[in-house]
Amino acid sequence: MAKKNAVVLESGEKIESIGPWTIAWRKFKQNRVAMAGLIIFVLIVVAVIVIPPMLGYSVNDYDLSNPNLAPGGEHLLGTDKQGRDCLFRLFLGGRISIMVGIIAAVITVILGCTIGGISGYYGGKLDNVLMRFAEIVYSLPFTPMIIAVASTMLWVPQSQKMYTVSLLIGLLSWPGLARLVRGQILTLREQEFMQACEALGISDFSKIFKHLLPNVISLVIVNATLQMASAILTEAGLSFLGMGVTAPTPSWGNLMNLARDSYVFQNYPWEWMPAGLMCLLTVISINLIGEGLRDAFDPKELQ
Amino acid sequence: MLKYVFKRILAMIPVLFIISIVIFGTVKAMPGDEVTAYFGAGSKVTQEQRDHVRELLGLDKSLPEQYVRWVGRMCTGDLGSSITLKKPVGTIIGDYVWNTFYLNVVSLIVALIFAIPVGIKQAVKKGTVFDNFWTVFSLLGISVPTFFFALVLIFFVGLQIPGMPINGMRDTMLSSFGYSSIFQEIGDIALHSILPVIVLAFSSFASFSRYVRNSMVEVINMDYVRTARSKGLKEKTVIYKHAFKNAQIPLVTLLGLYIPSLFSGAVILESVFIWPGIGKVLIDAINQRDNSLVMACLMFSALLMLLGNLLSDICYTLVDPRIKVDE
Repeated sequence: MAKKNAVVLESGEKIESIGPWTIAWRKFKQNRVAMAGLIIFVLIVVAVIVIPPMLGYSVNDYDLSNPNLAPGGEHLLGTDKQGRDCLFRLFLGGRISIMVGIIAAVITVILGCTIGGISGYYGGKLDNVLMRFAEIVYSLPFTPMIIAVASTMLWVPQSQKMYTVSLLIGLLSWPGLARLVRGQILTLREQEFMQACEALGISDFSKIFKHLLPNVISLVIVNATLQMASAILTEAGLSFLGMGVTAPTPSWGNLMNLARDSYVFQNYPWEWMPAGLMCLLTVISINLIGEGLRDAFDPKELQ
Repeated sequence: MLKYVFKRILAMIPVLFIISIVIFGTVKAMPGDEVTAYFGAGSKVTQEQRDHVRELLGLDKSLPEQYVRWVGRMCTGDLGSSITLKKPVGTIIGDYVWNTFYLNVVSLIVALIFAIPVGIKQAVKKGTVFDNFWTVFSLLGISVPTFFFALVLIFFVGLQIPGMPINGMRDTMLSSFGYSSIFQEIGDIALHSILPVIVLAFSSFASFSRYVRNSMVEVINMDYVRTARSKGLKEKTVIYKHAFKNAQIPLVTLLGLYIPSLFSGAVILESVFIWPGIGKVLIDAINQRDNSLVMACLMFSALLMLLGNLLSDICYTLVDPRIKVDE
C-alpha cells in the first residue's frame, strides 16, 4: 500500500516526503515532557466534560442540611457552605476556566494576526498608527484595567460574566502577538513568492491571510498556547478578587475566593485547595505543550 | 543617545494623552456615585449638602469639562484629593508606593541571588538531572497562580509557626504604641515580609532563571568561548567572565523593563497579604469608587509601563555596543 506523498524510485527504494506538520509532530512526540503535558491536558479536558454530568448535580443543588461536610462518603470532596458538592463544582468550574482561556486566546490570535498582518503588509502611515495603538493598549496596566472595566459592567447577567472576562483579557492581550506577526510579515513580504502573488493579481486580503499569515502559523500557535495559560491565570486572579466570574457559576478562581473567609480558609481547605491545584496542573500542562511546540517548530533543531 | 532618549520621551506624550482619555472614560463609566462615597453609604445628609459637595468635587460640570480640569490639574502636579481617605492623592501615592517598592526590591534581590547561579549552572549542565529539576521548578513558578501559592504558604507555614505574621506590614500593637527602637521596627517589618517575599521571589526567580539559562545556552557554544578555553583559562573564568558577559544582554534588558514596575503593586498579592502598598490602595479605591485616586493610580501604572519600555531599550543599547539607535 503506497502512502500518500511517497515516491517509489526505479530501484524500488521508497522515499517518503514529509511535510512540516509531520516533522513537527514527530519531534513533539519524541519530547517526553511535552507529551506528558499533552496527555495531562487531554485528561483534564475529558474530566471536566464527563465528570459533572456523571455526578448528576446541578448548579443550584443546595442542601442546607449538610453544609461544610468533610471529604469522604457520599461527597468525595465534601460540601461547601450551602451544602453543594465540591467535586461537582470543581469540575464544572474547570469547564468555565478552560473556556475562558480558549476564548481569550482565540480573540488574541484574531486581533493579533489581523492587526499585525495589516500593519506589516501595508507599512508606512497605517503601520505607524496601528503600532502606536498597540503601544497604547500595551501600556495600560493589565490587571487594574481589567478590574476597573469589569466593575463598569455590573449590568452583565451573572451567567454571561465568563464571556465578558474572556473578551476583556483578549482585548488587552493582543499587542504582543501583533508586534511579533508584524515583524515576521515585514521580512516575508520582500520575498519572491510575494512578487509571484503580485504578478497573479491576487487581492491584498488573500495575500495577507492566505499567503503571508500561514508562514507565521507556528509562531501564532505557540503564542496562542502560552496566551491561553496566562488567560486562565488572569481569570483565576480576577474571580478570586470577586471581579471575574461570580457565584453561583463556579470557576477555579471564584472557588479559591472562598478562602478569603478566614474561617473557611483554616477549617475547610477542601473547599478551596483542590481548585488551586487543578488550576496549577492545567496551566503547567499547557505551558509544557507550548514549549514542546516551540521546540518542535524550531528549524534550528532539525535532526 | 541623548537625542534618542529625548525623542522617545516626546513620543510618549501623545500616547499618555490617549491613555488618559481611556482611563478617564473607564472610571467615569463605573457605576456608583462619588458624592455617596464621600459621605459614606447610608449617612443622612441633606440634599443641600450633597449639592454643595457635588459642586466642590466639580461633578456638576459636563464630562468633557471635568476631563479638561482633571488633565489641567494633573499637568500642574495636582492629582486631586481622595474622598475616602480625605488626603491629597499625591500624598497617598507617595506614602504607599514605598511599601510596594520595598517589597518588590527585596524580592527581586532574593530572586536574582538564586536565579543567576542556578541559570548558569543549568546551562553548563544542560540535559542533566540538575537542569531538568530546575526547569520543572521554574515552570512551576510561572504556572502557579501567585495568590494560590500565597494561600498555601499561609496555610502550611504561616499558621503552623506560632508568632508568624500572615498579613499586614507591621504589628498592630507595636505600631500603635510606638516602637521602642528603630531596630525593633526593622525587625517587625522584616518578619512581616517573609511570606510575601517568598511568593514574589519565587515567581521572579522562575522567569529570571529561565532567561539566564536560555541566553547562556546560546552563548556557551560560541567560538569565542572555545577560544577562551583553548587559551587555557580556568573553566570558572570562561563561564563567569567570558560567557556570562554576553548572556547578560537579555537579562539587563529584562531588568530595565522591571525597574519601573518595582513601584507598581501586585494588586492581587497585596490584597492577600493585606500589604499596605499601591496595589491594595488601588483595589480599595475601585471598590469604594474613589475616582480621583483610581485615575491617579492607573495613570501612574501606565506611566511606569512606558518608562519601563524606554529604559529597557536604553539598557539594550548601553550593554550591547553592537546595537546602534537610529536617530
